[in-house]
Amino acid sequence: MTSFVLRRLGGLVLTLFVISVLVYAVFYLAPGNVAQLSCGPRCSPEQVRQVAAQLHLDDPLYVRYWHFLTGLFAGQDYSTGTAVLHCDAPCLGLSYQSDREVTQLLLEKLPASVSLAAGAVVLWLIIGVGTGVLSAWRRGGLTERVLTTLTLAGTAVPVFVLGLVLMVLVCGQWELLPFPQYVPFGEDPEQWAWNLLLPWVTLALAESATFARMTRSSMLETLAEDHIRTFRAYGVPERAIVGRHALRGALAPLIALNANHIGALVGGSVLTESLFGIPGIGRELVHAVQVVDLPIVVGVMLAVGFAVVFANAVADLLYAVADRRVVLS
Amino acid sequence: MSEAQLTSPVGVDAVVVSAPAAGAGTFWRRLRAQRAALCAAAVAGLLVLFALTAPLLILLEGADSTTYHPELVDSARGGVPIGSFGGASGSHWLGVEPQTGRDLFARLAEGAQVSLGVALGATLIQVAVGVSVGLAAGLGNRWVDQLFDRLTDVVIALPLVVMALAMLAVVPEDFPRPLLVALIIGLVAWGTIAKIVRAQTIALKSLDYVAAARLSGWNTWRIARRELLPGLAAPVLTYSALLFPVNVVIESALSFLGVGVKAPTASWGQMLAAADVWYQAAPQYLLLPAGLLFTAVLALTVLGDGVRTALDPRAAGRLRVGTRAGQGPAAPAPAADTAPRKEGAV
Repeated sequence: MTSFVLRRLGGLVLTLFVISVLVYAVFYLAPGNVAQLSCGPRCSPEQVRQVAAQLHLDDPLYVRYWHFLTGLFAGQDYSTGTAVLHCDAPCLGLSYQSDREVTQLLLEKLPASVSLAAGAVVLWLIIGVGTGVLSAWRRGGLTERVLTTLTLAGTAVPVFVLGLVLMVLVCGQWELLPFPQYVPFGEDPEQWAWNLLLPWVTLALAESATFARMTRSSMLETLAEDHIRTFRAYGVPERAIVGRHALRGALAPLIALNANHIGALVGGSVLTESLFGIPGIGRELVHAVQVVDLPIVVGVMLAVGFAVVFANAVADLLYAVADRRVVLS
Repeated sequence: MSEAQLTSPVGVDAVVVSAPAAGAGTFWRRLRAQRAALCAAAVAGLLVLFALTAPLLILLEGADSTTYHPELVDSARGGVPIGSFGGASGSHWLGVEPQTGRDLFARLAEGAQVSLGVALGATLIQVAVGVSVGLAAGLGNRWVDQLFDRLTDVVIALPLVVMALAMLAVVPEDFPRPLLVALIIGLVAWGTIAKIVRAQTIALKSLDYVAAARLSGWNTWRIARRELLPGLAAPVLTYSALLFPVNVVIESALSFLGVGVKAPTASWGQMLAAADVWYQAAPQYLLLPAGLLFTAVLALTVLGDGVRTALDPRAAGRLRVGTRAGQGPAAPAPAADTAPRKEGAV
């Protein structure tokens, strides 16, 4: 077990390294004058040269990457000509637009993103597992046919289309909820939940269809196994077989399968945040892309990459814990 | 749907070496035997026809997609189209866009071209990159394999929409947008194809006929081209068919976010971004692009499922799940190989 964890950790570090090199290369080697972008459109050539020197743009690439890495772990000083700005570790650089530390900026946006993700994941699991189990249980019946059709339609609705239609119907046409307007949890937990309800439902519904289909297949597979037949032969009630024994066996592979879906969820939340105007990291990313604020883009990429890779590693471990047949070698 | 949109995992199932490669005749027969796939194929065919004939249809209608018609919108009411049904008339079949007065039908038709064209381009690039990387990993020595496989894991793990978004930031504004979007989707989403190709290559490599080719002195390139590629065709085709609708969604998502296909070129996603404020005054402006997008993705998804069933009936609908015991050391994220990623994204 320990050596498994250690090896996974080693792989994790390597993967993170690959991500950081890739991201750095793509963004700082790309066409476009980084110094000009950083300085702004009204800078004189002299100012642009100064910025270039300050960002070490004239150094060879590996030196620049090294600066970037050390900044990440030890912090970095930036001089703006008149003053020196210290950027604490983990330093992702300064925003071109506001000269603020990217790490700070992203941390400010984090609560909104986490609020959206947390609620959506809970709903996503309930809807996904519930639908999948129910349609496997009621195999061949009307329930299954309805659920199968719904999940198929669900996989075909892009999250932003679903959100748009839900918003127009629920908030506009039927006036059941006000148009969502993000309220921080610390300010008013009740308003926080009411305003996030629609984004949660949107993200969960759009993402859970695929999950439901997988749960169903996994359940069907487990239900066909020998030990389930034995339970049946012993007269264990069907409800207990499906709800307890089969579900347990079916869930383990799902944890592993759905590690990949963490990335999908992140993508979905970028769209959901943009659609509902939730001031999270996703909306910040879209804005940064529009105004070409590279440090923010790089920072978000790294943060998301690390988060996804880390979540995958956790899912891998959970998988082993959930399914005792797995040998961690 | 979002990124993870593929309906069910395909990878490992596709990598069943013993599955006989069905001939083209068998493939069509099996595809035709599925009613849902047949309906989906008909709908998809109509959409493709719509996209292909878009320039003709627009000519026939007599309005183009970019001309502003301020006289057709009521500026006193904020730009709501004048007349019933969003200003539909003989010269503007589906009415005009709120505010700008651009012809809605022409924009939808152009959007169909953009949507399907970009998705097709992206899929081709994904296949090219994925097959190259997968073959290299499968045929290369341990280090090459490790390197490419790690790279593939990273590419699969990162959220597609986020990566595509980020890459769009560094490209100059004057690059043709539809081509750019296709390129970026293709370059960030080839991971699963590479995984499948690698696994299949490794499986095929151990077969007798490949060993025979090697013994007769063929070089690796020739073996890859003559002996391996035919065996890869079925899984790659299957997976491309499943990826295509995902690419449609990603394009529309990026355009919806305002960083994909930009005005004056029309795209369904981009139209939807502006549609929410007009839902009462001009509901068709929201419903038509949303409906077309939904129909296209649904039809293409069902068709993709059908193609998979036709190519490998045993695998279809079955999710191979097993324990990882005995799979050898440090298997990478178990189902990474199989779970197609829906990055759907979006």
